[in-house]
Amino acid sequence: MKIAITSTGNTPESSLDSRFGRCSYFVIYDTELKSTEYIPNPNKESLEGAGIASAKFVASRGVEKVVSGEFGFKVKELFDSLKIELIIIKEEKKPVTEIIGLLNKNL
Amino acid sequence: MPRPKLIRKVSNFPHFKGFRPIGNEKSDHTIVLNFEEYEAIRLSDYEMLGQHCASIEMGVSRSTYARIYESARRKIAEAFILGEPLVFEGGKVYLDSEWYRCHTCKCIFNFHHQGKAERCSLCGSKEIDEYAREIDEYAQKPDECSQGERRHRHSGGRKNLNHRL
Repeated sequence: MKIAITSTGNTPESSLDSRFGRCSYFVIYDTELKSTEYIPNPNKESLEGAGIASAKFVASRGVEKVVSGEFGFKVKELFDSLKIELIIIKEEKKPVTEIIGLLNKNL
Repeated sequence: MPRPKLIRKVSNFPHFKGFRPIGNEKSDHTIVLNFEEYEAIRLSDYEMLGQHCASIEMGVSRSTYARIYESARRKIAEAFILGEPLVFEGGKVYLDSEWYRCHTCKCIFNFHHQGKAERCSLCGSKEIDEYAREIDEYAQKPDECSQGERRHRHSGGRKNLNHRL
């Protein structure tokens, strides 16, 4: 299963980005291959519709869960209709490695 | 021009497409049961909610709910009596999922599958409970609903409409 995590940087130590649409990087973690992929968000600087565009972008990667700090209502509706689970982490500055650690513990 | 329909909230979509009668396979006419009608049957006859509570659950007024429910029953009766296939399709609905909070990793997550979530989807802990929906302030839990809260919900419904149009 693939899981997208919004990140502020492209290293494992960088922390979770609390915004979904305009986050700096998406970390795509594959729980089977244990691989991580860092993709810069193409919608980081966009003025409008960043949430929907980012949601489509991560959905096209075939993720089943998305981890971020917050989701807008348009994004939530889109993910609901695509049956992609959302996980909200309110703690700021939580490193991506820690989230991946939690996901591994889940298996 | 009639007033536009309020978008109905459906929390459980059917996980199959419909029903076909046994022994009457060649029927070419199908009856379309909208998702909101399916949800009405689920709330009233499966979850055994009263109409008022069920209407709150779907985010519509009680009288609208009664109309949806009646239409659902008529369609089901028609399918049964005439032996016609029934398919679940369409309707003015949006999917809403239940939110949960995990006590172990302090995350909030939602769940799309049938029934209730048992484990946190992030850390797998079983220490979870349902999260009070701050996002949907108009959606009250059915066990909290009472006649006194009716006016409040009505204003919420209207706000919801403006929000979505």
